[in-house]
Formats: sequence, C-alpha cells, structure tokens
Amino acid sequence: MTRFLIKRVGQAVIVLFLVSIIVFVLLHLLPGGPARAILGPTATPDSIAHFNHQQGYDRSLPVQYVQYLGRLLTGDLGESYKLNQSVTSLIGERLPKTLVLTGLAIVLAAILAIPLGIIQAVRRGKAADYVLTGAAFLAYATPVFFLGLILILVFSQQLQIFPAEAPQADTIGGILSELPALVLPVVTMALGIIAAFSRYMRSAVLDNLSEEYVRTARAKGQSEARIMARHVLRNALIPLATLLGLYLPTLISGALVVESMFNYPGMGLLFWNSAQGSDFPVLLGVTLVVGVATVIGSLITDIAYAVLDPRIRSVS
Amino acid sequence: MTAAAVEATQPEAAVATPSLARRTLSVFARNKLALLGAVLLVGLIAFCFLGPLIHHTDQVHTDLSQANLAPGSAGHPLGTTDLGYDMLGRLMYGGQTSLEVGLAAGLLATLFGTVYGAVAGYFGGWVDAAMMRITDAALAIPALFLLVVVAAIITPSKPVLILIIASVAWLSPARLIRGEALALRSRDYIHAMRLMGGGGSRAVFQHIVPNAIGTVIVNATFQIADAILYVAYLSFLGLSIPPPAADWGSMLSSGITYTQVGYWWLIFPPGIAIVLVVAAFNFIGDGLRDAFDVRLQKN
Repeated sequence: MTRFLIKRVGQAVIVLFLVSIIVFVLLHLLPGGPARAILGPTATPDSIAHFNHQQGYDRSLPVQYVQYLGRLLTGDLGESYKLNQSVTSLIGERLPKTLVLTGLAIVLAAILAIPLGIIQAVRRGKAADYVLTGAAFLAYATPVFFLGLILILVFSQQLQIFPAEAPQADTIGGILSELPALVLPVVTMALGIIAAFSRYMRSAVLDNLSEEYVRTARAKGQSEARIMARHVLRNALIPLATLLGLYLPTLISGALVVESMFNYPGMGLLFWNSAQGSDFPVLLGVTLVVGVATVIGSLITDIAYAVLDPRIRSVS
Repeated sequence: MTAAAVEATQPEAAVATPSLARRTLSVFARNKLALLGAVLLVGLIAFCFLGPLIHHTDQVHTDLSQANLAPGSAGHPLGTTDLGYDMLGRLMYGGQTSLEVGLAAGLLATLFGTVYGAVAGYFGGWVDAAMMRITDAALAIPALFLLVVVAAIITPSKPVLILIIASVAWLSPARLIRGEALALRSRDYIHAMRLMGGGGSRAVFQHIVPNAIGTVIVNATFQIADAILYVAYLSFLGLSIPPPAADWGSMLSSGITYTQVGYWWLIFPPGIAIVLVVAAFNFIGDGLRDAFDVRLQKN
C-alpha cells in the first residue's frame, strides 16, 4: 500500500508540475506578450519595454518560470487587469459558490440516478429500460446550454414557476435562501450527470445480480428488496464514487456553461467574464486551479479505490 | 529485403483488405441504430450544403424591417432572427460551419493523436513515459477551459478554429492508440521486421497504425461528434468566429436574449440540429465499433 501511495503521489506531482508549465506557456502565447494585453493596442514600444522590465518579463524564460513557480507556491496568482483585486482573492470568493452549485447538482443527480439505474437493471429489456436508455442517449447528445435554454423557455417563460436568473446574493447563505432561483441552474447541471450515473448503475447492478453471493442470498430465502439493499447496492455504490472523480472535468466544464448562462456568481462566470474582457491573469489563474483540482481529485479517487478494493493496489 | 519478403511480413494488411471492408460494412448495415445515424448524417449534410441551392437567402446583410418574424411568415418558413436573417437559410449556413469545422478538427486531431500515440507506444520506456505525462497534464485541464483561453488569445477564423479544437482534441486518441501500440509492438511480425533492419518510422506507419485502424476509425467518429460540440460550446460562449459568420452554437447564443419573450424558433432549430448531428455520429461510432469487433473475433 505504501509503495502504491508513493508511486501514485509522485505521478501526481509530476503532472501538477507539467500543468504549471502548460499554463506558463499559454501566458507567453499572448499576442505581444502580457504587456500588450494589459496596456492595450495603442501602447508604444517604449512603454511595453518598460512594463516588461518592471514585471520581469524581459528575463530568460527558465528564470521567469522559476519566479512564476515561486509565486505560485506562495499562493500568488497575480493581479486581475480589470477588477483591481488579486486573482487568489477573486477565486477564493467565487470557488465556494461553484462548489455549492456543483454539490447540489451531484446530490440531486445521485438521488435520481441510483433508483433509475436499479429500475433499468431490474426491468432489463422491458419498456422502462428502453425508454430510460433512449432518454440517456438523448441527454448525452444534448449540449448543456440547449438543455438550459429549453428549461428557461418552459419553466421560466411559459409556466413562470422559476426565475431564469440564478441567485445574486454575496454569501452562500444568501444564495441558499433563494431556492427557487437555484432550481433551473442545478437541474440543468444535474441532467447530464444523471444520464451518465444511471447508465453506470444499470450495468453495475446487472453485474452484481449475477454474482454468486446473490444466488446464495436467494437460496437462503432473502427477499429481493433485501438482497438489493444489503448486497447489490453496497457493491455497486463504491465504484460510483470513483466515477465521480473521473467526472470532475466534465462537472467543472458544466459549471462554466451553466454559470455563464444563468449569471450565477461562481468561478465559471468569473472565467467567462475574464475571457470576454481579455483578463488573462484571471483566465490563467482559474485554469491552473481547475487543473490542480482535477489532478488532486483523481489522486484522491485512486487512493480511495485502493483502500476499498485491495485488488487494485496489488496490480499496480 | 525483397518485395516478396515485405509482402510476407504484413499479410493482414495486404491480403485481407477488400473482404474485410465488405464484412465490416455488412455488420454495420445490420445495426439499425448505426444505419439511422448514417441516414441522419447524409440528410443533414444534404440539408446544409444542397439546401441553399433551393432555398435562396441573404445571410450577410441584416434587414431589421424583417426581424423576429414568427415561423410561417411569407417566405420564411422558420421565421427570422433578431437581425432579420431567414432562420431556415441560417440553419443551413450555420450548419456548414459546424460540420466543416467539426469534421476537419476531428480528423486532424485523430491523425495527430494516432501518430503521437503510436510513437509513444512503439518506443515505450522513457519516451513513452515522457510523452504520456504530457498528455496527462493537458488532459487534467478540462478541454473547454483550454479552448476558452486559446480562443480568448486569438480571435478565430475558420482554419484557426479548426486548429484550436484539434490542439485540444488529439489527447484522447493519443492515449487510446498508445495502448494499442503497446500491445502490437510485441507481435511476431514486428520482431521479424526489426530483424530485417526495419526502423521505427517503418514500424509505426507500416505496421502499428494499419493494424490499429479499427480503433482509429471508431475513435475518429466520436472525435468528430466531440469537435462539433466544442464548436457549439465556444460559439455559445461568444468566442468563436465573429459575425456575420454563424454556426449552430452562435445561433443559440443569440437566441438566449429572446427567451423571455418566447421566441422559441430562435432556440429549437439550431439546438435540435446539434443534438441530431452529435447523436448521428455517436450511433455510427457505436455501429463501427461492433463491426470492427466482429472482425477481431473472426481473426
């Protein structure tokens, strides 16, 4: 186990290191460098040279990278061009809100996807299975923003049940107190997850139903409901947690689209606004944070899986 | 090395090709969903590229006197947009962009990813480790974020957009083909080729890639579906080719302003078009995967 841990953590550190290089390279891909982006298209060569010197952009790339890495390690992601605030504090403000939105969507998705998957597995090859499978296929092919627009048209414009704009409160408590405004963004995010998770649950339950311990349980005369709850579900739910880890990049991308659609004040909206306003320190800061989060997420998932399932760690 | 010897080292690729293609095709044709996908795709391509020959519209000049007409208006079966473009014509015109960029980016990504993965897998060792850690790192950053950053740096034209999307989309085929290459490199015919003095590039292009062709083709189909979605996402976020150019994603994005007044015809046609084309490619990909699997079992 220790060897597995060391190897897996070492791999993650190397990948994190490479992620920082990718973001650093992107920073230097900016047309005319960062100076042009900050000072605007009318900047004179003199002012650009002065800016580059002031910011240390005239030194060699390896030196700049070491400086960049040093700043990263102290939590310094630079200053926003537009918002007069450090990137770190901006992300600190917005990240928790994104976590609330994503967390609610995951909870909703799990509550719906687990029973849906079980229904499909139990009613395999029957009408319910076909209908739900078809729906999942459709959900896969539907872009998040189209889904969101349909929900806005139906529930906000036609039926006028839920507002089309997400809560605008500053605090998490304020956001949670405007529950009706949270419904459409959360449901939009959840539907794609439901499609993926219910497909997974269907095959996991089917796999487990054909295991010998299920036959043993049946032979002992246990009821089907009890077998499902005590044996099948327990075994099917563990890998669902790892699926969540693999799904992290999709979830974060979903948050980007949903937040910019519903004007939800999280990290995705911050990122989108920065893209519109060419606010590159924020763009690259968020990109870095998202990359780091994905690497750490998949590391935790792998370790959790190895703890729960001894077969994994002996193979790797 | 004589020509006959070369022939003998690659019997699978040289001899079996015609019947293999036919067998693959016949299995594919028996798959109803795959056929549906193919029919949908042909229909959509005909609609976008041949449709404008029948339904003539002006998609460059705005006409505000004709803005936001409901479907069924004279000469505008699907209504008009907020700038007075005919919706049906714009759906064809926008579809051309979505399909062209999606196809080109998906194919380019598959091509590059295949070569990259085959090289990494064939050479193995530290070359493989270094090449794969790079893809790991790039995959750690969600594709949409990378796309948005690059599109914010460069305002895309059609060719640039293709390059941007391909530059992100090659990662997953690279990983997939690398796995195939790792398995293929220990085959006897590769050893034989090496004994006869064949080098790395010969191994990669003459042996690894042709023998992984099933995986490559299936993956290309899914890559195209993904690339079409990426185009749509970027356009929806307002970071694609600037107007008056249009694609299905940017059409949806301009429709969002009018949801509160209920102009549904700005939303549904482009949205449904995206769903149909992505589903079509996915159905075709699933069908091809089954078809190629049969081939592998029979060999």
